[in-house]
Amino acid sequence: MSAPVLQVEGLGKAFREYRAEWRRVLTWFGIASKATSEVWVLRNIGFQVNAGESVGIVGQNGAGKSTLLKLVTGTLRPTEGSIAVSGRIAAILELGMGFNADLTGRENARYTAGLMGMSPDQIDAIIPEAEAFAEIGEYFDQPLRTYSSGMQMRVAFSVVTAVRPEILIVDEALSVGDAYFSHKSMARIRRFREEGTTLLFVSHDPGAVQSLCDRAILLDHGRLLLDGEPSQVMDYYNALIAERENATVEVRQLGGGTQTISGTREAVVESIGLFNAAGEPVEFVNVGEAAEMRARIAVQDDIPRLVFGYMIKDRLGQPVFGTNTHHTGQSLEGVRKGAVVEYRVAFPMNFGPGSYSVSTALCSTDTHLVNNYEWRDLALVFTVANQDRDHFVGSAWVPPVIEVLVS
Amino acid sequence: MKLMLIAVWHYRHFILTSIRNDLRTRFARSKLGATWAILQPLTQGAIYALVLGQILGSRLPDTNNKYAYVVYLLGGLLGWTLFAELITRCLTIFVDNASLLKKMVFPRICLPLIVSGSCLLNNLFLLAATLFIFMLVGNYPTWMWLWLPVLIAITLLFGLALGLILGVLNVFVRDVAQVTNVVMQLWFWLTPIVYAISILPGHFAPVLRLNPMYAICSSYQQVLLWGHLPHLKTLGAIVVLSLVLLTVGMLLFRRASPDMVDVL
Repeated sequence: MSAPVLQVEGLGKAFREYRAEWRRVLTWFGIASKATSEVWVLRNIGFQVNAGESVGIVGQNGAGKSTLLKLVTGTLRPTEGSIAVSGRIAAILELGMGFNADLTGRENARYTAGLMGMSPDQIDAIIPEAEAFAEIGEYFDQPLRTYSSGMQMRVAFSVVTAVRPEILIVDEALSVGDAYFSHKSMARIRRFREEGTTLLFVSHDPGAVQSLCDRAILLDHGRLLLDGEPSQVMDYYNALIAERENATVEVRQLGGGTQTISGTREAVVESIGLFNAAGEPVEFVNVGEAAEMRARIAVQDDIPRLVFGYMIKDRLGQPVFGTNTHHTGQSLEGVRKGAVVEYRVAFPMNFGPGSYSVSTALCSTDTHLVNNYEWRDLALVFTVANQDRDHFVGSAWVPPVIEVLVS
Repeated sequence: MKLMLIAVWHYRHFILTSIRNDLRTRFARSKLGATWAILQPLTQGAIYALVLGQILGSRLPDTNNKYAYVVYLLGGLLGWTLFAELITRCLTIFVDNASLLKKMVFPRICLPLIVSGSCLLNNLFLLAATLFIFMLVGNYPTWMWLWLPVLIAITLLFGLALGLILGVLNVFVRDVAQVTNVVMQLWFWLTPIVYAISILPGHFAPVLRLNPMYAICSSYQQVLLWGHLPHLKTLGAIVVLSLVLLTVGMLLFRRASPDMVDVL
C-alpha cells in the first residue's frame, strides 16, 4: 500500500493545428514550424497514486478527464511532462474495443486478448471464464453484428477484466448497459480493489465515486483544481457547476471539514442551527428525538422567487435526505431586498448514530443550476447518538417489531 | 529498433491470428467462403486472357506460341497485384484502424505486418491460380521458377516500404490517398504488363526502365515465360532502394507516432 504505481508530473497535452499539415511533418525532423492554433486540453497535472488506492476523476464535460485516462493508458502521448506507470494496465475506455462485426464474440474476445499481449495459452485459459462472465449464452458464437450494444459491452468488459490488472482504468462506459450487468461489473471492480488493484475511475455519478473511491481528483478546464477526500471534492464540484458569472466559490476550514460556499449572493444564510423539542440549540441528538432546524435567510436584492433547499449527508458525503420548498409547495414569490426569511424544518431524527452534515441551497427553482443565490456545504454539522435504543447499525432508524415464533 | 522487434516477437501469435481473421472476414458472409480466395484471382486471370489475348488479339512480337501472351500477362500481373494491394492497404492502414488505435495500447508496427502477411497470403492464392492456368496452356515449370520466392520477397519489401511512408503521411494529409489512387492507375500503364516494351517508340523505353516495377514485373515474365534469369543487377538496386525507403518509412513512423492518435 505504499509504492506509487502511477506517478504523473507536470503533465500537459496540447492539440496543435498547422497552417498546412506538411508543416507538422517538418516538425518531426526538427524544422520548427509555428502551429496556427494550440489547444491545451491538460496542463500542469501532477499527482501520484499508490498501490491499491482508488481514485475518482471528476469534472465537467471537456475538463480533460478522458484525455487524462487516455494519456495514462498510453493511447495518447503527452506533449510535456511525464507519466510513470508500474504494472499491467487494463482500460475500458469506450464502448466496443475496435471489434470486428463479422467475427463472433469468441473470435473478437480472442482478438482483444491478443491485442492486450496475451499468449495463445493464456487466451485459451481466460476465454471460458470471459464467456461465463458475459452471460450472453449462444450469442457468444454468433457474429458480432447481431449483438446489441449492451452485449458488446458485456464481452468487452469480460475480456478486459478476465485477468486482474495492477491498474484498472474505467471510463464512464459502465453506466451504459443494463442494471444487472452494471451491478455485476461493479462487484468485480470492488473485488479487484480488495485484492489490491489500483483503480482510476471517471464518472459523473457522485454516488459511485464516493462509494468506490478513497480519493477524488477534480479537473476543470484542463487544470487540477482539487485532490482530496471524495466528499469534499464532490461538494466543491457541485458548487463549481453552479458557479455563474460574478459568483465566487470560497472554501473555509470548518471544524475538520471544508466548507464550500458559492453563488450570486442575492440571498444568503445568515444563521442556521439545530434545536431540540425544548427549543434549546443542540449539536448531539438522540436517535428518534424530535429536532428542528432553523435557518435565517437575509435577502440582499430583489429576487423573483425564493426556494430553500437542504440536504442531510452522512460522514461519507452520501445523501441521506434532502428536499426543498419548491417540492413542498412553499416557494416565495417576489421577495424584496432587505427581507429576512426564517425557515423552521421540524423532523424526527430517524438516523443511525454518526456524524451528519447539512448543505443548504437558496435558489429560484427546484435545482441550483438556474439561479444559484447561495450554495453552502457543511452549513451545519451534528451528531446522532444512540442513547437509549437497542443496538443497530446503518444510517436510518427504522424501528422494527420483531416477533419470534419458536415451535 | 530492438525494442520494436521484441514487441513484434511477443505479438507474433496475435499477428498470425489477425492475418487469419482478415482472410476469414473477407469471405465471411459469402456461401462459397474460402473458395473465393482461389476463384477470384482465377476469374480475374481468365478475363484478362480472354479480353486481351483472344478478343483484342494481342500477341507478343517475337514468338509463335499463341498462349505466350497469356503467360506474359499473368506473370506480370502476379507481381503487380501484390505491389498494388500492399500500397492500397498500407495507405489506409492507420486511418482504417483509428478506433483500435484510440482505445487499445499495442505495438502499432503490428498493423503493417498484418497487412503484409495478408497480402502475401492473397498473392499465394493468385500464384496457385496462375500456375494452374499455366498448366492448362502448356507452360510447364522450369528450374527458373525457383526464383519466384525471391521475386515475391523483393516485391513485398518494395511495396511495404513505399506503403508505410504513404500510410503514415495519409494520416495527416488525407489527399495522399486520393493522389496515390490516381498515380497507381497511371503507374500500371507505365509498367509493361499488358503490352511488351518493344512496341513502344524508342525514346520511351529508357525512361520506362527507371520504373522499379518494370524490373520486377519483367523479371516475373523472364522467369515464368522465357525461362531466363531475372535482371539480377536491377533487382539488387531495387532491394537497396527498398531498404532506404523502409528506413525512411520507419523513421517517419516513429516520429509520427506521438501525433498520430491526435489527428485520427
